[in-house]
Amino acid sequence: KVSASAASAWPSAPSRCPGSPPPSSGCPPPLAPQAMLRSSQPLTGPNRKRCREDEVLLGTVLDEGERGFIIDTRSAQAAKQARMTGGGTEPKSSYPQWRRLHRPLERGRQLQESFIKLVDACNDTTINMDRWLNRLESCRWLSHVKAALSTACLAAQCMDREEANVLVHGAEGTDTTLLVTALAQVILDPSCRTLAGFQGLLEREWIEAGHPFHLRCAHSAYSHARLKQEAPLFLLFLDCVWQLSRQFPFSLEFSERLLLTLFDNAYASAYGTFLCNNEKERCLCKVKENTHSLWAWLNQPGERQKYLNPLYSPNALVIWPSVEPQSIQLWQGLFFRWIRSSQYLDEAWAEIQWLVEGSEPPKDSAGNRLSRSLSDPTARPENAR
Amino acid sequence: KAYVTTIVEQVKLLDRFSTSNKSLTGTLYLTATHLLFIDSSQRETWILHHHIAAVEKLPLTTSGCPLVIQCKNFRTVHFVVPRERDCHDIYNSLLQLSRTAKYEELYAFSYNPKQNESEQVKGWQLIDLTEEYKRMGVPNSNWQLSDANRDYKICETYPKELYVPRTASKPIIVGSSKFRSKGRFPVLSYYHKNKEAAICRCSQPLSGFSARCLEDEHMLQAISKANPSNRYMYVMDTRPKLNAMANRAAGKGYENEDNYSNIRFQFVGIENIHVMRSSLQKLLEVSGTKGLSVNDFLSGLENSGWLRHIKAVLDAAVFLVKAIAVESASVLVHCSDGWDRTSQVCSLGALLLDSYYRTIRGFMVLIEKDWISFGHKFSDRCCQLDGDPKEISPVFTQFLESVWNLTEQFPQAFEYNEAFLLQIHEHVHSCQFGNFLGNCQKEREELKLKEKTYSLWPFLLDEQKRYQNPLYNPDFSPELTLLEPNTVSFNFKFWRNMYHQFDRSMHPRQSVFNLIMNMSEQNKQLEQDIKELEANLVLRCEVHLNPHFSLE
Repeated sequence: KVSASAASAWPSAPSRCPGSPPPSSGCPPPLAPQAMLRSSQPLTGPNRKRCREDEVLLGTVLDEGERGFIIDTRSAQAAKQARMTGGGTEPKSSYPQWRRLHRPLERGRQLQESFIKLVDACNDTTINMDRWLNRLESCRWLSHVKAALSTACLAAQCMDREEANVLVHGAEGTDTTLLVTALAQVILDPSCRTLAGFQGLLEREWIEAGHPFHLRCAHSAYSHARLKQEAPLFLLFLDCVWQLSRQFPFSLEFSERLLLTLFDNAYASAYGTFLCNNEKERCLCKVKENTHSLWAWLNQPGERQKYLNPLYSPNALVIWPSVEPQSIQLWQGLFFRWIRSSQYLDEAWAEIQWLVEGSEPPKDSAGNRLSRSLSDPTARPENAR
Repeated sequence: KAYVTTIVEQVKLLDRFSTSNKSLTGTLYLTATHLLFIDSSQRETWILHHHIAAVEKLPLTTSGCPLVIQCKNFRTVHFVVPRERDCHDIYNSLLQLSRTAKYEELYAFSYNPKQNESEQVKGWQLIDLTEEYKRMGVPNSNWQLSDANRDYKICETYPKELYVPRTASKPIIVGSSKFRSKGRFPVLSYYHKNKEAAICRCSQPLSGFSARCLEDEHMLQAISKANPSNRYMYVMDTRPKLNAMANRAAGKGYENEDNYSNIRFQFVGIENIHVMRSSLQKLLEVSGTKGLSVNDFLSGLENSGWLRHIKAVLDAAVFLVKAIAVESASVLVHCSDGWDRTSQVCSLGALLLDSYYRTIRGFMVLIEKDWISFGHKFSDRCCQLDGDPKEISPVFTQFLESVWNLTEQFPQAFEYNEAFLLQIHEHVHSCQFGNFLGNCQKEREELKLKEKTYSLWPFLLDEQKRYQNPLYNPDFSPELTLLEPNTVSFNFKFWRNMYHQFDRSMHPRQSVFNLIMNMSEQNKQLEQDIKELEANLVLRCEVHLNPHFSLE
């Protein structure tokens, strides 16, 4: 039977994502009819229950003879064990056209510990070189980044290269599932890389999809209270997006500053956007009536400027990141934000902006001077002989 | 004119890090100087024989005979040759071609850029060290040019022009040189005119457990006296204390503070050339492994110790500059023979102190002075001839990597960019130019390099657009203001663009540098256009107002 738990509905609204064919002539790719779906685990249970409706639903997604991939963000072991507590996996016999792939992604307690360890290591300025690398390795944060990016790439490849439909789920469908589907869309879909598109992605894939922000982003890395439900999935997502921005510096319309602002607001905010755990709670608390939206503030013309990437140039292609360890960097802008002055890097960034955008338009720009002179033959330009 | 000696067809070139596991098929050509691979889409891959560090034949597979070539610029190429016989031939040829017995066999002696003789001579005169010392402010009342070594009689591995304190007479120089390993007595490396302090360099004293040398002690006194601001000077031994102490048993060692008045002695341990060689080897093993997990990569990086060594070199340079900038004290730097770690620390120190060395030309001058003229053994360290493998060591590579780390911390302080550093590294190993051939100035004169080969520097200056840092701000640090790097461990990054220079799939596929350079160019062009249009406009206004005004 289909689960009716409050945490997640099965199946949740499929997230549709246009796939793109491999770049050949450089013209914008036509929308292909692949779908990426997300959900929570099927409640197969120890008795291998079946659900006719679920099978039909997944069946209709695929045409005759078409294949689908199910990306399960739990290990095969964990997925099997989940049967004991009422969950499980889709049995091959009931879902014959779907091929299941397991890509275990860390979540929950382990991920939070990883985050705490990393922050500890970054704060320790007395550390010598080998111990620094040791600690970086033992906290495993970069491994999680690599795993998340790899899995998102896998989902994207299934759609783009294999031209197959993809279903992503973990256990509840509210953590690693969203990480994968959201990231895959940034990789595949150029509209998700615009400032507006990215906000839409966050609304759809994180907020409306029911990522429990209130539980997951309670105390961050410094609190002594190790809350059971606390886990930095959203930060992991932002870190992965930052990795993409390093590998494709022209392809995201927004800058690192946006990502840092989102990180801050997920944990503590003057705005209601990240409050509560799901839409139901937000309704009950009347969030929309009683608070202001972060997006409304960010999108004001004066504010918006600050979050744009001056190097942005719309890229219609799919952006495939390199997931080799050498390509994955520590997000220094976040993890060393309060530890080390970024003055020289900030100045350099300001210089880049200046070069790309041109200097501050003076009240009387050269262009204005010229057009004035041309319309008034008696006017003399300032630097006349 | 490439005279082709061998042609093998249907050879596959494997791409280590490509996700699609694709290989390109093409034809392999061997010439006297290069290996050339042309694939089915006519793309060419050139490898200089002199760049080859190692060739390895792997066990036969179903697709053919694998041949792995590792180059000194860290490029690794993996060919699969269909027939074992051909593979064996190529292997043997490459082994021979990449080993040279004589300098004259090196590419520099046959390289012909079609310049006339005067251009070639001018090329060699581009960098003039006498001009550089003048720029620093020597000779002056405290420092003078000594001609004691003009025939290399005092020290074979030192340059002819040496600057010493005015109070250091010839007997003092001779005596001190006899007390120093390889005759490398204390001389000036850099003079800081504001502080009136000097960076001097030498090799270890032949002190053993108790030997003394009056002339050497006078020499050091002369150096500290040449500094009016400060009575004491530092002596930096860049070796780990244990190594230095061990040297005493061999009749060498380090300065005893009791014997030398007014010195403060300091060990700043940087490991020796053998440790560095092995460290790089381990690093390359890690970077050469495909499908590495993040943890394997990080622990491999840590086990190699490579970043630890880079940090040690920079830490030593920071100690040096603090002595000069904060205490106005002169510093004497040495290691064992004074041509490896000493070169690193002195040149890095000068770079931190003096913004001139952060310009393109200044960097060339720095390398000519502290590395080439002071006898860093490029030939032995870079294996130009088929010599002792124990002499090979990435000392100069570490120097470039230290500079790279500084450019990352101070993006606006350097006129040159990463590509400049990589290109210099490329040519240190390519032996295409004469600058880095041989082990010392004396040897270079004997080989008549200035007549028979070309200098790298004009070649780089011609292309300097590629090497310019668009973010360079000459006012970033006014002249002679210190750069103070943060050397806490997390500041040191793995230099992916050096060790994976040729692994395209790892790199950001979009070059911020190219974009900014283009923008910078465009801005300049637009400003130029505006000026021209405005001038044009003035002309036309005047014509309109004054019909007698002639446009000519």
